[in-house]
Amino acid sequence: MAVVTLTINNQLLSARDDQTILDAVRDAGIDLPTLCHLEGVSDVGACRLCLVEIEGTRRLQPACVTRVAEGMVVQTDTERLRGYRRDIVQLLFAERNHVCAVCVANGHCELQDMAVNLGVDHIDFEYLYPQCEVDTSHERFGVDHNRCILCTRCVRVCHEVEGAHTWDVRGRGTNARVITDLNQPWGLSDSCTSCGKCVMACPTGAIFNQGSTVAEMERDRSRLAFIVTAREKQQWLR
Amino acid sequence: MTPAHERSIPGVDNRTKLLEASMKRHQFQPDALIEVLHTAQELYGHLDDELLMTIAHGLKVPPSRIYGVATFYHFFSLKPKGRHSCVVCMGTACYVKGASKVLSALEAHTGVRAGETTADGAVSLGTARCLGACGLAPAVVYDGEVAGQQTPDIVLNHVKGWQAHESRGVA
Amino acid sequence: MNLAELHDIARKERAAAKRVQIRCCVASGCLSSNGEGVLQQLKDAVQSAGLSETVEVVGVGCMRLCSRGPLVESTADGSLYVKVRQEDASSIISALRGGEAAPERVDPEQAFFARQVSIVLENSGRIDPERIEAYIAAEGYEALAHVLAELRPSEVVEAITRSGLRGRGGAGFPTGVKWATVAKTAADRKYVICNADEGDPGAFMDRSVLESDPHRVLEGMAIAAYAIGAEQGYIYVRGEYPLAISRLQTAIRQARRLGIVGGRVLDTPFSFRVDIRVGAGAFVCGEETALMASIEGGRGTPRPRPPFPAESGLWGAPTLINNVETFANVPPIIRNGPEWFAGIGTEKSKGTKVFALAGKIRNTGLVEVPMGTTLREIVQVIGGGVPDGKEVKAVQTGGPSGGCIPASELDTPVDYESLAEIGSIMGSGGMIVMDEETSMVDVARFFMEFCMDESCGKCIPCRAGTVQMHRLLKKVLSGGATQADLAKLSKLCDLVKNTSLCGLGQTAPNPVLSTMRHFPEEYESLLGRTDGLAASDD
Repeated sequence: MAVVTLTINNQLLSARDDQTILDAVRDAGIDLPTLCHLEGVSDVGACRLCLVEIEGTRRLQPACVTRVAEGMVVQTDTERLRGYRRDIVQLLFAERNHVCAVCVANGHCELQDMAVNLGVDHIDFEYLYPQCEVDTSHERFGVDHNRCILCTRCVRVCHEVEGAHTWDVRGRGTNARVITDLNQPWGLSDSCTSCGKCVMACPTGAIFNQGSTVAEMERDRSRLAFIVTAREKQQWLR
Repeated sequence: MTPAHERSIPGVDNRTKLLEASMKRHQFQPDALIEVLHTAQELYGHLDDELLMTIAHGLKVPPSRIYGVATFYHFFSLKPKGRHSCVVCMGTACYVKGASKVLSALEAHTGVRAGETTADGAVSLGTARCLGACGLAPAVVYDGEVAGQQTPDIVLNHVKGWQAHESRGVA
Repeated sequence: MNLAELHDIARKERAAAKRVQIRCCVASGCLSSNGEGVLQQLKDAVQSAGLSETVEVVGVGCMRLCSRGPLVESTADGSLYVKVRQEDASSIISALRGGEAAPERVDPEQAFFARQVSIVLENSGRIDPERIEAYIAAEGYEALAHVLAELRPSEVVEAITRSGLRGRGGAGFPTGVKWATVAKTAADRKYVICNADEGDPGAFMDRSVLESDPHRVLEGMAIAAYAIGAEQGYIYVRGEYPLAISRLQTAIRQARRLGIVGGRVLDTPFSFRVDIRVGAGAFVCGEETALMASIEGGRGTPRPRPPFPAESGLWGAPTLINNVETFANVPPIIRNGPEWFAGIGTEKSKGTKVFALAGKIRNTGLVEVPMGTTLREIVQVIGGGVPDGKEVKAVQTGGPSGGCIPASELDTPVDYESLAEIGSIMGSGGMIVMDEETSMVDVARFFMEFCMDESCGKCIPCRAGTVQMHRLLKKVLSGGATQADLAKLSKLCDLVKNTSLCGLGQTAPNPVLSTMRHFPEEYESLLGRTDGLAASDD
């Protein structure tokens, strides 16, 4: 382990050389939006919200999977990046049927917070209004595909932390959906342990507790990090 | 590639054995999943849940992952196919030479869209992204045989031929 | 199998050759017009004419003029017959004794053939792709034997670097640099992968090479494996190419039997095993990280780079991935020397490039030309121009990642940099000619639909952005769009290009950008029209 020095938004910072830019940014108390990143599981670099400009690199790089390096010069909050982030959030809103007013996660939703923080107050794109199912066959949980943003946090937490691999993704492109087992109703899944980690992981109202009503779906995401720390470092700290 | 039903011993369905052999050839390694799915589809024509579960157990792959892989690739079909298949190439060269007219004619005649099978299970209609037979555009594949320089009339005659055959009770 | 035995096979094979060869194309294109039947009839005709002593009939790979197949060539007088039917076979044989052959003949000296330079395709249409002896007789595996006996791995990398060879998959990354990176990375296991997932619609170069001369690719891969220190190779072939797959399988089997692949290659300590992996219909698997995910048995979704495959690829091991045509160039570079190769082409783009010429053009088929040849020469001279007295409107290169080049730019030389300058890319080698009947906006829509269908869905800009762009293009075609919609389209192009995770998304806007740049009037003329030009909706 060595320490490197890098410049982020014109501030000189130090970081461990095994850290990602995202780690370094958050350690420094700088805000960088993410949706597919979740403490305790691996990163996939899929939501493209944490893209940053790195001096000397032609393409924008996702901060969550890019390692820091000595002398790196990073910009995380330029007007260009903010514009891209606003567009990406808008694409997400247009892709499925997100109606905050009737959503269990209203007020506790990462997508909604993102829109508010980025100042997205209208959608430039045509809504696609896809036909999406709601599966409430599981006795404790439900999944509403209208609100899913395909961040795959449920898939990763189920595979990496719980070890059940109940969740995966079917199909491709905009027709992709998260599935349980052989695309069966969740309630019929043999592999599901009903541990609720996917419920904790979901950033929106897509995976929820049965019986929650509008705006009731609060989640304690630090619990996941707590479980992972306990397992990996034998430290039961919150 | 002989279809499975011609390879099997009459009265004995040895497809299970052949599938098992294919998994064994790859030492039941999870990374052989796509190769095994290819074999399974060749043997059974399509991949139903039971078959997917058999492969999941054989290769020790979670069921949801197998479903995710099988639905990611266009080649794999989870629904039974028709007795005949007609695949229109929609590559650029075929598109420039009017493949969409060929496809529309077929869709109008059969009453099903690409990716579907007629209600009587006779004909499956499909599209391919590019067969690499661009020199012969537009290309159409009838039951696995590529034919080049097709027109709406030629394809309709071909499909009508199948249907006439079917209605005379010869499958 | 050692070098002496290899030369022995070559000698025997040459000695056994009959005085006259009747070559009949048995690549996919000609097979679909009954090349197999013609081949059989020709064999029968030789038998019944009692000419078996002096004449042999050989099934060979692609003879390039695909649109006029099945093609048959006679080495007696160099005649090339086109559109040969089964019943014509006997007349071709009797022509050997001065009779009149029935099928139409084309001039083998015409520009289509004469202007081509064959490196990658030197054996295509000349040897039987299903016999390793035929390849060996054509100096096959000489280069592999030479590097194993005479060169250190670093010297092989050096030779490839000096040759100036660049990746033929489309991006043109210097092959020598790639090899050097993998060679320098220390690891217990390394892999070589041949990317034969030729997904661009309208491209069939790799298919032809694999069907016509599969051993050349194996040899290139073996040389690469030796140079970088790998012992295992994979060839990832499209499932749409059954014939290429079966010929590769045959080639691997034969090479294994002779000890050319497998353990102790050509009696040296070097081992190299090759396996085929068959793709299953996903364009994105041509992207190297998606391809590796697919070989590992998963969904073909790309992952962010770095780390690049050279450093952490298949199962985390350093991996070299090159395309079919790149590997096919390796044996001749080793055989004739890197300086010979560097002497062909332009300053920055060396060697030749194989193009699959298709669309509204007289001679559709396979073309190999030196880098730097102008588009005009390829289209008008070699391709014979547009039929039916129409004019070239645009030439599309690079498939869904490329662009449309307008007729006014036809004097552009074909090399990586020049094509990029005019808003297209070299791409893998698909070249589609369009005439005035083709709507450029509809072409953009066609490619956008392709990218939308082929998007893996992992990252948002590509997954959702392509859908929005496709909708806007349809709106333009239906005549209901406004200037604001075009502005939105441009904005989306910029977003998807700069924020997508992999090459598919990053290049998906290219056809839109290039048609907007070169054919703005086509977009403008469709604005606010309610009688809209009907898009071919599928």
